[in-house]
Amino acid sequence: MRIKSLFVGLAAALIATASFAGRGSDGNVSIIYWQAPSILNPYLSGGTKDIESSSMIIEPLARYNETGALVPFLAEEIPTVANGGVSADLKSITWKLKSGLKWSDGSAVTSADVKFTGEYCMDPDGGCAQLEKFDGVTDIATPDDRTIVVSFSASKPNPYGPFVGGQTPILQKKQFANCMGAKAPNCTAENFGPIGTGPFVVTEFKPNDVIQMKANDNYRDPSKPAFATVTFKGGGDATAAGRSVLETGEFDYAWNLQLAPEVIANMEKAGKGVAIAGFGPLVERLEMNMTDPSPSLDADTRSTRKAPHPFLTDINVRKALSMAIDRPLLVEIGYGKAGDVTCDLVPAPDLYAAKNTHCLKQDIAGANALLEKAGWKKGSDGIRAKDGVKLSILYQTSTNAVRQDFQALIKEWWQQIGVETELRNLNASVFFGGDPGSPDTYQKFYADVEMYANTFDGTDPQAYLSAYRCGNEPKPESQWQGANINRYCDPAYDALLDKLSATGDLKKRGEIGIQLNNMLTKDSYTIVPLVHRGRVSAHAKSLGGVVLNTWDSELWNVADWYRIK
Amino acid sequence: MTDNLNITAKPRSKIKDVWDQFKSHKGALLGAIIFFSIVLLVMVGPFIWPFDANQIDIRSRNQGPSLLHPFGTDQLGRDTLARMMAGGRTSIAVGLAAMALSLFFGSFIGVTAGFYKRLDGVLMRFTDLFLSLPLLPLLLVMMLLFREPLSEAYGPERGMFVLIVVSIGITSWMPTARIVRADVLALKEREFVLAAKASGTSDTLIILRHIMPNVLSPIMVSATLGIANGIITESALSFLGLGFPPDFPTWGRLLNDAVDYLQQFPERVFWPGLAISLTVLSINYLGDGLRDALDPRMRKR
Amino acid sequence: MLTYIARRLLISIPTLIFISLVIFLLLNLAPNDPMAQVPLTVPPEVKQKMREALGLGQPLYVQFLKWLIQLFWIEPQVFIDYMFNTSFSEGKLRVISWQTRSPVMDIIVQRMPQTLWVVGMSYVVGILIAIPIGIYSAYKQYSVFDQVGTFVTMIGYSVPPFFTGVFVIVIFSVQLGWLPSIYDTTHTVVDWETFKIQLKQMVMPVMVLALQTTAMINRFMRATMLDNLNQDYVRTARAKGLSEWTVVMIHVLRNSMIPVITVIALNVPAIFGGAIITEQVFKVNGIGQQLIGAIYANDLPTVQTITFMFAVLIVLFNLLADIIYGILDPRIRYD
Repeated sequence: MRIKSLFVGLAAALIATASFAGRGSDGNVSIIYWQAPSILNPYLSGGTKDIESSSMIIEPLARYNETGALVPFLAEEIPTVANGGVSADLKSITWKLKSGLKWSDGSAVTSADVKFTGEYCMDPDGGCAQLEKFDGVTDIATPDDRTIVVSFSASKPNPYGPFVGGQTPILQKKQFANCMGAKAPNCTAENFGPIGTGPFVVTEFKPNDVIQMKANDNYRDPSKPAFATVTFKGGGDATAAGRSVLETGEFDYAWNLQLAPEVIANMEKAGKGVAIAGFGPLVERLEMNMTDPSPSLDADTRSTRKAPHPFLTDINVRKALSMAIDRPLLVEIGYGKAGDVTCDLVPAPDLYAAKNTHCLKQDIAGANALLEKAGWKKGSDGIRAKDGVKLSILYQTSTNAVRQDFQALIKEWWQQIGVETELRNLNASVFFGGDPGSPDTYQKFYADVEMYANTFDGTDPQAYLSAYRCGNEPKPESQWQGANINRYCDPAYDALLDKLSATGDLKKRGEIGIQLNNMLTKDSYTIVPLVHRGRVSAHAKSLGGVVLNTWDSELWNVADWYRIK
Repeated sequence: MTDNLNITAKPRSKIKDVWDQFKSHKGALLGAIIFFSIVLLVMVGPFIWPFDANQIDIRSRNQGPSLLHPFGTDQLGRDTLARMMAGGRTSIAVGLAAMALSLFFGSFIGVTAGFYKRLDGVLMRFTDLFLSLPLLPLLLVMMLLFREPLSEAYGPERGMFVLIVVSIGITSWMPTARIVRADVLALKEREFVLAAKASGTSDTLIILRHIMPNVLSPIMVSATLGIANGIITESALSFLGLGFPPDFPTWGRLLNDAVDYLQQFPERVFWPGLAISLTVLSINYLGDGLRDALDPRMRKR
Repeated sequence: MLTYIARRLLISIPTLIFISLVIFLLLNLAPNDPMAQVPLTVPPEVKQKMREALGLGQPLYVQFLKWLIQLFWIEPQVFIDYMFNTSFSEGKLRVISWQTRSPVMDIIVQRMPQTLWVVGMSYVVGILIAIPIGIYSAYKQYSVFDQVGTFVTMIGYSVPPFFTGVFVIVIFSVQLGWLPSIYDTTHTVVDWETFKIQLKQMVMPVMVLALQTTAMINRFMRATMLDNLNQDYVRTARAKGLSEWTVVMIHVLRNSMIPVITVIALNVPAIFGGAIITEQVFKVNGIGQQLIGAIYANDLPTVQTITFMFAVLIVLFNLLADIIYGILDPRIRYD
């Protein structure tokens, strides 16, 4: 409360000097992210915290809205085949900038800035984190000051990669001209205070701690933003962030409260704020290792396709493991309104969602019968075995309170179907890191089953589904890099993937996507989805205009936020 | 300075002397009783108590204290008392073993460095090195190098126990070493040590007979603080995913897990917090009493 | 004495370089990856490119030498430039953090005030409380004061700060609403009002941290005082008719300070790196928080630089402690 009163004087001073009615009239808004932003240039860091904090300052040509539909930001309209913005062969897309756009320093935004942004990221020495968005781009042409034509080497059914969404905002050419390639890290001042078109400009940035911003005098809507200043605090933990918005009212907005549902419900009782939930395509899943992770194998064979798994290659075992899980209970305990049961790898957007329901009901008896029929008989210790192979599973995941509760529950259910489980949890920075020397990375998969969550950017799952292509698995030859985590390999799946990348018609793409999803989940049980995870954030009751968006930056519409009086 | 002392007239055996002195120290006696009851409870308790620490009963989750579950249940319906007893076994074992290991290293290096001037420089620079190593990467490296061989040799849980005790032990001996060394530096210039030296007593004997008894009190303090430190460091390790498997309760982990529920279910924080504090306090008093009892000057008065 | 100090300082140079080499190798061996915090949606090939851009592909000795030169040659130049407005360091590559892509030293300088204010203050408060309590507890052994003191300090030590921190926040911020739960690092003190706000936001982190210090130093103080109170020289001094004050506060205290000085000196460097959990709980952006964040993100240059500074402080304060021993007890000689 004290902190807020501090800003009243400051805000009053700013209101007096605001050039337009409305802009800056609501004083200060304070936002807390429990992961602190370390840089304000999303091209040098893929971190969500950095992308979202910089989205208040720099903007792309178009963003996804809360339903996953594209809305123009710096562009006049969304180019499509219908309006001629996308060529019929899907090999080029033409964007047109809004007229009269200005950078926060007052200079005009031109197509040269957009072209420069593309070149900045595609520089081979730069180590750009968003390089994938520019995949297949052969040329960025600027026929005039407001027009940009992006050409691709092959036809792109989804040409909205470059300059769309929070990952690829437009940088100012004048500011970053000397920061190309290897020089990128020398540009501290630029990376900490990019000149943008967004509603706010940076006044002070303390890396990994706090950002202070003020309203952009040159913002395109003269009546926005309503707030004169922003305090963006980072760091700590989700509990403290939730508490500061919902219980003590020190902050107005808290991001991504990964907390047990009863904890959030209890915090809401204080009456200072409300928790809001939104759903993207994030799915918490179990991956079944199709290869043998036994420590007795040598390093070149262990967990590679050379050694098939002793029992997880039996589809009956995988299916029984999935049947034994009570998904509604997992959601209730771990996520509450921030989760939903799912049997799909791609649960959203609607076009690609298979909406399977086969796994929603727990069936311990059925799972037991299935294993019995498949020849897995219970031994004297209650563990099923066949031909001397015991159903004994090492089940690993990253360290996180909810995941450990899930592990305990699932271990219990698997015990009821005669499967023995050893649990292991690993430090997230090791588990999700790609150090090829570590035995504990999720790519190496030195376990039988592992649990984590993954998603995709934007609304098109093609790249996401392509991860499970044969040969894309992590292996010693690829330094254990690769996205086909469970080592799935099916020529029919690969053929269907090729068909998807050659199909432009959205309805047909949806059908193929659903088919691919089913091959991985319903038909083969190599991926056992558990929970469709949403995101819970919280805002103070006095903060208006918040629209939670999980398809883009959560702060995508911060220009529309206002104080409810 | 003369109150509650046991004044004796007749000469007595040494062990009886020590025991008498210890007995007269009420705090120490109480500490010993509490400590041994805790140990007994966590050793025998799990065999008597009908609930298993990992038995999930989802229908009775988040319950307050009741006759069936005197300490209540957690968010998965596991019995808190059962978890406290299972956790206590691990925590006390880890705390004691890690403390013993770190005391051994610390006193050995401290005494050697303080007593032998030639070794002082090398040993103290070695101590500096260990003091400046960042703990977390060190533990990560230890886990990387030794986890698999140890779990093969001793099984996953016992292997982890050895690894955790050793990692806490070798990252916490430095303060003890420096304190002991400082005391030894002063002691070895004292008259009685100089006299022993002059009379040709061997170094080992001087250290055992004259030096060690006189550095006992800082060592005792290190010991009590070391147990608390061991229990808490273990919880930090589990929290980081470097400790025991997740279905293996310890007091530190129970406390850690319960902090988020502080407002709804304060008893969940209370039990492990109380258990750790009680253990540390009782050991502290026990140590106080032991030191007094072993100190002949205290008895003489 | 002077030659002893000079010799120790000279020896400390190779020691420090050796320590930094060991730390460097340790960090490289650790199974961390700077790309661990990049979302899974970024494909592996792109992550590989990002690693190369950080210089991770270079041989180890090149990485280490580069860091040595940057820290010992370029950073001092930056400092001189800053002090005298010169331009020696222009265009030279400083120690750059992988997380923020900015000079590590700048962030350290930025965070120094919070570290000194909050952590340093709590250390001083802790010592000031612990020493008198320790002396009096030993003097009146087994009195009510001693028992209560022991009880409170031991509970303070055995309950970890991740619990005490949250506990005081729930009481004083949530229930009573007296104090802010999040430390405002942008706050500047200009007048009495702002000073009061600063005081309010410092109370909780300082007290939580001071609890640990108090417990530790108090235990050592009490134990060595007890040891010394039973020595023959105390009886002699009393027999000579010296006042009780002189006996306890001059003779006994002086002889008891050696282990206590060790503990105090040993923990001064820890101020800069040790208060990690408390800094995290109250969101005080100190150096401890910077270090732990860098370790999680495997930001090698930052971790390496902070741990090196840490090592320098350890070596210096240990030397200081050794010198103080000699002053407290003239029988200890160093030559």
